[in-house]
Amino acid sequence: MGLEDSLFGVHGKALELRSQRLSLLASNIANASTPGYKARDIDFESALRDATDKGESVNNAMNGSMGYRVPLQPSLDGNTVELSTEQTLFAENAVKYSTTLSFLESRLNTITRALRGE
Amino acid sequence: MAGNPMNIFDISGRAMSAQLVRLNATASNMANAGNVTGSEAAAYRAIRPVFQSVTDQPGVSTVKVQQVLTTDAKPVKRHDPQHPLADKDGNVWEAAVDSSAEMIDMLEASRMYQNNVQVLQTAKSLMLDTVRMGK
Repeated sequence: MGLEDSLFGVHGKALELRSQRLSLLASNIANASTPGYKARDIDFESALRDATDKGESVNNAMNGSMGYRVPLQPSLDGNTVELSTEQTLFAENAVKYSTTLSFLESRLNTITRALRGE
Repeated sequence: MAGNPMNIFDISGRAMSAQLVRLNATASNMANAGNVTGSEAAAYRAIRPVFQSVTDQPGVSTVKVQQVLTTDAKPVKRHDPQHPLADKDGNVWEAAVDSSAEMIDMLEASRMYQNNVQVLQTAKSLMLDTVRMGK
């Protein structure tokens, strides 16, 4: 367990994973009109478990729990991006990123206060 | 991507450029809709960009315009002997542009562009929040 893990607990890894997932969902939205593009996503829970409990690197945890999205209505050009799904998940992921960020921030405040000894 | 891993700004930025190419293609198609020429070969044919995804690492990919194709739609022959451009048989050819399809393409391209702008805005504010963490 590195220093950052003992300081920030699960939140450090969670923030990294959230940021990677943000790129993933942005890729899906960017390719919404590319024929044949297959939307991908990760199972966040299992990725976080791999990164924290099993101590895997964030990249490995990402690749290990990545899968293809099953479209509700497949389109004829082979593209499986459904904007409503992707945008909802993107927004959800952004909010959760902010949440993790505020956890980290309060953690930082706690540590700073302890260091100052006020 | 010159050694650097692709980040969210590359992803959305390049997608915006691709949609802009599509919007430009639509604009030139619309501008030429209804244009009339004196021969079939000279008639305008709609152009359309071909999108292709560019993958950096698994799952992280953006989009580029692979090429801009000229569609093989047939120009419409119209018999109009009064027309100054008419050939010896009195025929003119109208540009092969389906303007309702172009309108739909334009709407879709602009929506996609907006989506990418939104993604960029969200990512930017999250990055700024992260930079300001602990201050």
